[in-house]
Amino acid sequence: MATVASQIASEETALRERRRAAMAVLAASDAAEVARHLTAVGPLPAHEDIRAGESGMVMVRGRIGGDGAPFNLGEATVSRAAVRLATGETGIGYVLGRDRAHARLIAMCDALVQTDSHAGAVERHVLAPIRARLDAARRVDAERVAATKVEFFTLVRGEG
Amino acid sequence: MLTAGFADPVFAAQATFRAVLDAMARPGTIQRIDAALSAPPPLARGAAAIALTLADHDTPVWLGADLTAHPGLTAWLRFHCGCEIVAEPAQAAFAFTGGAGAVPDFAAFNVGTSDYPDRSTTLILQVEKLQADAGLVLTGPGIRERNRLQAEPLPADIVARLAANRALFPRGLDLLLATDAAVAALPRSIRVSEAA
Repeated sequence: MATVASQIASEETALRERRRAAMAVLAASDAAEVARHLTAVGPLPAHEDIRAGESGMVMVRGRIGGDGAPFNLGEATVSRAAVRLATGETGIGYVLGRDRAHARLIAMCDALVQTDSHAGAVERHVLAPIRARLDAARRVDAERVAATKVEFFTLVRGEG
Repeated sequence: MLTAGFADPVFAAQATFRAVLDAMARPGTIQRIDAALSAPPPLARGAAAIALTLADHDTPVWLGADLTAHPGLTAWLRFHCGCEIVAEPAQAAFAFTGGAGAVPDFAAFNVGTSDYPDRSTTLILQVEKLQADAGLVLTGPGIRERNRLQAEPLPADIVARLAANRALFPRGLDLLLATDAAVAALPRSIRVSEAA
């Protein structure tokens, strides 16, 4: 019994990690590229919108340094949507900005990532290309910044 | 399994709000609720529409014993309304219950304070049938002479309960009676007597 329970728990953890990793990529994506890559996955399974896309505001909290007191930094516009597949998986999408179609696409991806039938295809055709693009952009930024890096050092002054 | 809320959230919520407003303003009249939505059983469609319209993250919701047994319903309310589900009826801004026998004593709910009578619980009772021109005789604000309202099932001692509720005025509970497609109100201001 204990091994069955721990196996279920580890499967849940793995699924949560997979969704989290997918969301980390999708949150930085843009709507057109998700839509384009999603067509490569093939025909989408039957689904219904349980929350049509809607836009709202969230309060962004900040803190200065790891031990600073939290404060309200300001409000950010966020869109969200939720989709449920006919097989029962519920996908939820949140994204910065007012693009409700984008939030819906992300919800669709989140739902598909939870299925055994489509998780691989979504990883190959949607997540991998976006992740590659983001990594490349990040590397270009890092290289551009590195080229302008100034090393400060202090010469030992001879005092007397 | 989670189902959708209102098919058309803005207009459906406005239409339902208007129906509840009219019901409260003219106690005993039956107002139609025809918003399209898929309510999670055993919540009546009218009661579900009221929940989607009125409940949000600022309004703790209490569910009667006949409703708490359905985890799908709790998940649906949390997802669509973002409301907290509380165990104590006294903490609730809205209370949903059905089944005449399952309604706790009105004193168990929050009746508000003399300073803030508006902070009382609104009780949404699911009923099978609403019918005007029969049953309880209602008089009071919003009623020209008298209105009549029959609802089934109601607690057997409903007249005594509403009289005790009226005696607390301006404190007290407001009742909404909801079926699948209609709502009627028994606000705290009315006086109720049995049919003569």
